Order: sequence, then C-alpha cells, then structure tokens
Amino acid sequence: MALKHIGLAAALLASTMLGTVRPASADGTVKVGVLQSLSGTMAISEVPLQDAELLAIEEINAKGGLLGKQITPVIEDGASDPSTFAQKATKLIEEDKVVTVFGGWTSSSRKAMLPVFQRLHGLLWYPVQFEGNECSPNIMYSGAQPNQQALPALTWAEQKGYKKVFLLGSDYVYPRTANLILKKHIAHDGLTLSGEEYVPLGGTDFSSIVAEIQQSKPDIIINTLNGDSNVSFFKQMAAAGLTPDKLPVMSFSIAEPEAQAMGPSLLAGSYTSWNYFESLPSPTNAGFVAAYKAKYGANSVVDDPMVHGYIDVYEWGAAVKKAGSFDPEKVRNAAIALGYSDSPLGDIKFAPNQSLVQTGYIGELQPDGQFKIVWSSPKPIEPVPYDPLTFPGKSCSAHTTF
Amino acid sequence: MQESAFLVGQVFNGISVASLFVLAALGLALSFGLMRVINMAHGEMLMLGGYLAYLTISIVPGPLGIIVALPVAFAGAALLGAVLEFTVIHRLSARPLDTLLATWGVSLVLQQAARNLFGAIGVQVVAPSWLNHTVSLSSGPLEGLTLPYTRLFILLVAGLVLGAIALLLNKTRLGLYVRAVNQDRPVAAAMGVNARLVDLLVFSLGTGVAGLAGVILALLGPVTPTVGQSYIVPAFLVVILGGLGSLVGTTIASLMVGLFTALIEIFVDVSVAQVLLLVFVIIFIQFRPQGVITVRSRALEG
Amino acid sequence: MKISAKYYVGAAVLLFGALAPLFVNSYELSLLGRFLALSILAMGIMLIWGEGGILSLGQGVFFGLGGYALALHLKLEGLNIANGDMPDFMVWSGVSSLPYFWYPFANPWFSLAAVVLIPGIVAAAFSWLVFRRRIGGVYFALITQALALAFSTLLISQQAYTGGFNGLTDYSTFDGYDITSNGAAQVIYLITFVIVAAAYFFLRWLLATRWGIMLRATRDGENRVRFLGHNPLPYKVGAFTIAGILAGIGGALFTLHAGVVSPALVGVVPSIEMVVWVALGGRNVLWGAIAGTLLVNFAKDQISSALPSLWLYGLGALFILSVSFLPAGIAGLFKPGSPEERVYRRILNRRKLETAE
Repeated sequence: MALKHIGLAAALLASTMLGTVRPASADGTVKVGVLQSLSGTMAISEVPLQDAELLAIEEINAKGGLLGKQITPVIEDGASDPSTFAQKATKLIEEDKVVTVFGGWTSSSRKAMLPVFQRLHGLLWYPVQFEGNECSPNIMYSGAQPNQQALPALTWAEQKGYKKVFLLGSDYVYPRTANLILKKHIAHDGLTLSGEEYVPLGGTDFSSIVAEIQQSKPDIIINTLNGDSNVSFFKQMAAAGLTPDKLPVMSFSIAEPEAQAMGPSLLAGSYTSWNYFESLPSPTNAGFVAAYKAKYGANSVVDDPMVHGYIDVYEWGAAVKKAGSFDPEKVRNAAIALGYSDSPLGDIKFAPNQSLVQTGYIGELQPDGQFKIVWSSPKPIEPVPYDPLTFPGKSCSAHTTF
Repeated sequence: MQESAFLVGQVFNGISVASLFVLAALGLALSFGLMRVINMAHGEMLMLGGYLAYLTISIVPGPLGIIVALPVAFAGAALLGAVLEFTVIHRLSARPLDTLLATWGVSLVLQQAARNLFGAIGVQVVAPSWLNHTVSLSSGPLEGLTLPYTRLFILLVAGLVLGAIALLLNKTRLGLYVRAVNQDRPVAAAMGVNARLVDLLVFSLGTGVAGLAGVILALLGPVTPTVGQSYIVPAFLVVILGGLGSLVGTTIASLMVGLFTALIEIFVDVSVAQVLLLVFVIIFIQFRPQGVITVRSRALEG
Repeated sequence: MKISAKYYVGAAVLLFGALAPLFVNSYELSLLGRFLALSILAMGIMLIWGEGGILSLGQGVFFGLGGYALALHLKLEGLNIANGDMPDFMVWSGVSSLPYFWYPFANPWFSLAAVVLIPGIVAAAFSWLVFRRRIGGVYFALITQALALAFSTLLISQQAYTGGFNGLTDYSTFDGYDITSNGAAQVIYLITFVIVAAAYFFLRWLLATRWGIMLRATRDGENRVRFLGHNPLPYKVGAFTIAGILAGIGGALFTLHAGVVSPALVGVVPSIEMVVWVALGGRNVLWGAIAGTLLVNFAKDQISSALPSLWLYGLGALFILSVSFLPAGIAGLFKPGSPEERVYRRILNRRKLETAE
C-alpha cells in the first residue's frame, strides 16, 4: 500500500482549494450573488433567467449604480442539484460576502437554500411560480402563488362554461400540490373531476393517458407537465385526433420559449396562465423587450420567470435606495413598504408576506408563437401562500424576525 | 367508450411501445451475444436518428420526408456505430465492465455535442399529414376504439425491420457467420470466419436499427439531447429478459415489457409501474436466469 | 527506510485531516467534509468493483437510503408527534396523519441504527436474489442501474411520504444538539474524518484476511472457486452488503454536511458518476478511491461554474480515458507493474475472455 502518495494527493488537493478565486472587493462596488443552474437539466430554463437578472444589474449600473456604488454580480452554478445550490449559497454569503442573492428555479433548490439564508441572515429573491405553503423571512417570493396562477385559470374555465376537468401533471411537487388545491376548488365550485394522472419527469409515453382522456371525455385539461413531456403529450393527443381546438388544454408551464421551441403549430389554440406575456401592450414592457433583444439577439424571447428575475433586481434596488443601506434586513423591511411601481408585468408591489401583488393573465397561443391575452384579473391579486380552502387555519403575515 | 375497447386499446398501446423497445434493444442484444459488451451510448444512436430525421425533413419537406429519413438515419447511426466499435469498443472487448463505463463517457460527450449543435431545448419533427389520421370503430363490441396512424406506422416499421433481420440472420452467409461466432468464436475463427469483421458489421447494424427507432421517436415526442436516455433503461431490461443475442427472445421480451407496463398502468400511475417492472424482472430471473430464449448457457461465464 | 517513509506520509495526511478545522475556513471545511463523506461510499465501490469484480451502477440507492434514514429523524426532531404534528411537506401533500413507518424514526438511536441496517439489509437481499441465480457481470450492472432509476422515481412520486422531488431539508437539531452552527460543522467534519479513517483501516484489514483472498479469487475465476468446492455467493453478497453499508453511512454524513437529501443524488447519473471517481483514483487501491473522489469533486466545484459545457465534455473524456488508458487509475501511476506482471495480466485477461466464450 503506497501510503506515501496520499501526501501528494493531499498537496494537489490543497492547491485546488487554495486556488479558489476570490474577486477583490474594491471600494465603490457592492457584490450580489446570481445563483442559477448553468449545467444539468434545468440550465435550459435558468440560463435565460440569469441573462435577465444580469441585464437589470447592467441597466442599474449604467444609471450610476446604487448609493454611489456599482453592482458586481458574482455568478455561481447550482448545477440543477439542490445540495449544490445550498453549498453555493453558503459560499456566496460567507466567502464572497454578497449583500443579497438572486436565484433558484425549482422548489427543491429553494427548499435547500432556505435554511442557509435563515442561518446566515441573507436575503434571497426567488422569481418562479411555485406551490406556496412557504413563508420565510429571508426570501422574497416574486413568482406566482397558487392563487395568482392556478386559481385564476380555474375561474376563467368556469366563466367559459367548462364543467369536467382532467388534471395531468409531471410527478413532482408543484403539480401535485397545485392539483390538491384545484381539486378542493373544483369540488367547492360544483365542477366534476374527470381524472387525475401523473407521469415521471421527462416521461415521453402518453398512450395510456390519451386512452383515459378519450374514455373520460373532459371539457378541459389542466396541464402541469414539465418541459419536454409537453411535446410528447401534445403530439400523441394530436395523433389521436384530439387537437387543442377540439379539447382545450390549459397549461401552467408553457411560456414563450417553450412555445417557440415546440413549434406553435402543435400547440396553437391552447391556453396558458401567467402573470406576464411578452405581448403585454404597456410601454414599460415594450422598453424591456427591446432592451433584452438588443443585448441577447433579436430572436430571443422573454417569459414570465425571466421578467420576475428582472424586476426582482429593480425592486431590490428601489428598496436599497429607500433603506439607504445594503443591510439585508433593512432592505427587506423597505421592500415591503414600497408602494406600487410600474413594471413590464403591470403594477406590482411586495405584500407584507413578502410575495408579489400582481395581475393574472390568460393567453391563447397564436400560430406565430406569441400569446393573445384573452382574460386578465380585474386588478392585481394579493398573494395567498396558504389556500384557505385547502389549508384552513394557516396563514402568513409580516415577519418580525430576520 | 366501452371497457373492452379500453382494454383492447391498452393491449394495442403495449404492443406499440414494445415495437419501439424491440428496435431500441435489438442492437444491444445482438452485439451482447457476440462480444459480451453493452454499449451505454446506444441511446445516443436513437438521438442521432432523431436529429437526422429532423435534418432530412427540413431538406426534403412534404409527405415523403419521413420515408427518406429512415434510410438516412439508419446509415448515419450505423456509420457512427462502426466508428465507435473501431475506436473504443474493440479496444476494450476483453473488459466488458470497462466498456460499459467508457461508452457511458461517449454518451455524455455525444449528448453535450448535440446540446451545442442543436440547443438544449430540442427540435421538432412534424409528422406528415398522411400520418395524422386515426382508425376509429364506431360500432360493434369495440365501439370507441381509436388507433392512431402513427402507432400503426411504428408497428409496420418494426415488423419490416424484424423480418429483414430474421432473413439476414437465417438466409444469408453473413447470418451464418454471425450465428457461428455467436455459438463458438474460436472454432468459427478457426474455420476461417473473420470474427472481427462480423463484430463490426453486427454492431453497426444494431446501431443503425437504433437510428430507425430514433426516427419513430421523433414522431411521438421532441428530439432532445437526452431523448435516448428515457428508452435505454427499459431496453437494458429487455436484453436481460430476452437472453443472449436472440432475435426471438428480444422480441418476446419487448412484448413482455410493453404489455406489462401498459396493462399495469390501468391500475397504478406511471412512476409505480416503473418500479413494478423492475420487481417483475427480478422475479422473472429467479425462474429463468438464462432469459426467455437461450442460445448458450450463461452459467459458466467467467 | 521505505516503510518508514510510508508511515511518515500517512501520519502527515492523518494530521492534516484532523487539524484541517484549524487552518481551513468554514466553507472549504464543509466542502472537504462532504467530499470525504462521499469517499466512504467510494471505498465501498473499490471493494466490490476493484476487489470483487462486481460493477454496481446503483450505489446512489444505498447512499440515499442512509441519507433518508437520518433525514427522517431530523425532520421529526422538535415536532410533537403525539399532538399530531407533521413535517410541513406532508401538510401540503394532503396527508392527514404521520405515516406509520415514520414513527420509529422519532427515536434518534433507531434512526442511527437504520442508517447502517436499512442499506445493509436492502443490499444483502437484492444481491442475494440476483447472485443466487448466478447473474453477474454486465447483467448485474444493468439491473443495478434499473434499481437506481426505480428508486429515484419512487422517491419522487411518493411525495406525501418522502418529500418528493424537493427531498428533505431544513434540519436544526439532532437529539437536542444544534447541528447548524459553525462549531457543530467542525464536530461533524471530525466525525466524518474519523469514520473515513476507520473505514480505511477496516477495509485494509478485511482485504488482507482469508475472506479478502477468497473475494479476489471469486473475481478472477468464479467457476474455479466453485470447482474447488467453495461457494462464491457469501463473498459476493458480503462484499455488496459492506459496500451498501458504507454508502449508507456516507449518505447520512453527506446529508448532515449538505443540509439536504433529495432524489437528485440517488438516480442513474449520480450513481454512475460515483464509479468514475474510483476509476480515476484507482480501483484496486483504497487511498486511490479517496483521492479520486476528492479530486473529481473539487475539480467539478471549480470548473462547472466557470465552464459548464466544458465540464460535461471533461467528465465524458474522464470516463473514456481513465478506463482505456489508465485502468489502474492514478494510484497505478505510483506503482508501475513490472513487465512480467503486465504480461501476466494480459494472459489473465485473455483467459477470462476465453472462459467467457
């Protein structure tokens, strides 16, 4: 046993560790963390989100920065793995001394980072729609709560006169919890549940499920499938003669980039529910879309999570100015005290429970890959992390701790 | 729709899935019989077939694009298979477990290459309009049964490929050589069979068939860098169930896996069905460790 | 002279490891701790693959079993179960009361015993079922891969009982002790280090015993072992069980370091990556398994953020090159075989091929 060589290996290892790059913190700059998956299965969605976050940082820097300091983003890769997210979040706060972190996509990444931010008293801005049921003093949740995306979709379906609902999703946390909530409301509103099915993440065979749909004849399918599974599902539905114009499908995870990549011809006529569409007509949105395309190419598209990542940076900036400090706790307290501001999403503000007040929209996919807005909530919807019908007695109000 | 129609529909779905598995697993089983190696990059041959279908159809649009894509995908995947056999697998042929790991590395490289070339989000192959029909029964005991043309097309392709390979193995000189090397390599080599060439040809034939499976997959779903991965583990189970290098064994094993999954999915969801499939395989090998059909005994492998 | 040099270096490494908390900052210590936890699993792979000739592509399963066995307890700690309290994820998954199999894990000692026993029992039962029908080699590797897929799919789909895709996270105490402070992190590191050392010396001893010789004999000629009147089954099942237990212990320690256990670590891809750590380090040398694990993981940590696409090419190349050109791994570079040994190896390989025919 050549024990002596362990020393060599250890020396090699030590040199790798000491080689950790630590950006020098010069005066006049302040560091923020940007933590998304740049590799692995989630990179496809999270890289554009990172691009949007970096665009906002660049724009703020171009306007002179914050409190006289330029913002330096420290970029890390979460590698689509929750434990890596936790590890990198620790590194950003402890090693790089960032004042806040923008990042996360999957609930698993957020769940893994939550204890880190609570323990190290950091502040995370999380930009993606999620299943609610969480309320941390150290996280700002700008993505939709279930009552801002899933329930508006159901309300719209009822208004259209659809009575029999089929729930189909990928087998993971968001679809199961969203459907749990939807089922309570379906029963409460006197609608019928004609079926509920899940396929493993990345599943491609829908023959059995299409057969079940043919048998149970729903009026509408509420679809929480993720990513590629959507293409397989719509293709196999079309092959069985069930195109979106014959049997409407309401999807929660198809946005502009997915629609473009899947081929709008396959999906045209299907519906989706979001808090943002690229086709929103406001001048603020037009300015954002133009800036994004100028930086990342005329063919690039923007979607709901990207815009949430973008506005997170601006809301943070506004809160820093209001607080007059980069201290995470002061920034959080300032963020929930800000009033409505105009954004690409429309009027938004953070509620005392640290989630975003925002408008719900329903879009119908057009052959050109853009969505036509067919419904919007009468006014911005207050976020409700715990659905009162499904989780009675639980609520989330302003935090006093940090 | 009646219960009987639903059940018959599920059996049909099972057979249709099985026909994909048999195309995906055939190459694995044939080369495994000859060389005792499993090519973990076999799934990427499906992926290559899918991308070649995408490229072909963008050059040859119209109703015949998909027909042209089949030979193109076969040739492309067979060529890549030959290169892989020549550069990696042949070198490692005495070390089957190392081959497994090396070909896994190849599969990672091919996936990343596809990601860089075509983008991570995948590309779409639009099925030609003549495939966008269904056969529906509107009366009789099976009223309501709907059979999509795409699924019938898959069955047709699988049937033709199986028939062609059966002919090749049983009626040609090359087939004779393959069976000879399969049964006793040293003796076959002593009789003047170029076993090395037989290995190469069978391997690239197998990857070519996987390329065909890739074209068919493109009709059912997106072509992504990881599209092969979702079919490769069931294909491995088919090889385990089917026995060494047997065409009939692989076909029966594919039907077993396809029908088992389709029928069990009536009662449980897809995730649980995957687990039950593995339990089924482990129970099955308790009774028939040599697989459905056996050309030689597995018991005295080194 | 040579022997004493070995001991000096060995002692230096032990000293470096034991004193690391004093001169390494807390983030680097947490990385080192979690990679050392992985190296316990890697030593198990060295045992079954290098010494036993059994390639498992499903070690993530046992890693996960150990991690979840501990995490179940950590989630229950501080909850009043008698009062009907449940972990938060069960509430939003629509579960009305704590599932029965969670109850025993409320006891910390049951949970610690389960970290060892559950992976051990599952590994023993699974390998016995497969090996008793004399299914080995490539078949075994493929079945273990299917096991990894099935296990991760099951964990994800049974969200109400396992936390699903999110896994289990947000721990605070173990048996009343705070496990999140910096001081606790140093204690957990030292426990990990001691267990790595203990596993190393245990395996060294084990491989030198008659049992170890029989295991290698089974690897090199299972039929000959059988013809000589020995039953190879106990050696193969025994080795696989020990490897399963080591993976389970590694999983539990990793869970403590990372603060999360999730299906992301138990599936097909992580399971096969674990093998490449050992392939690179050296499958026949214990310290090679440890060094390979640390090297690949530190490299991944450094490279993947800066150049994610390059990392995947690099990992692929690592698989191909390490088994094609460096079958003995990095450890092999330090003890080049004599020419005679190489010729002997070649004959042995050829003979193995012929028996396989």
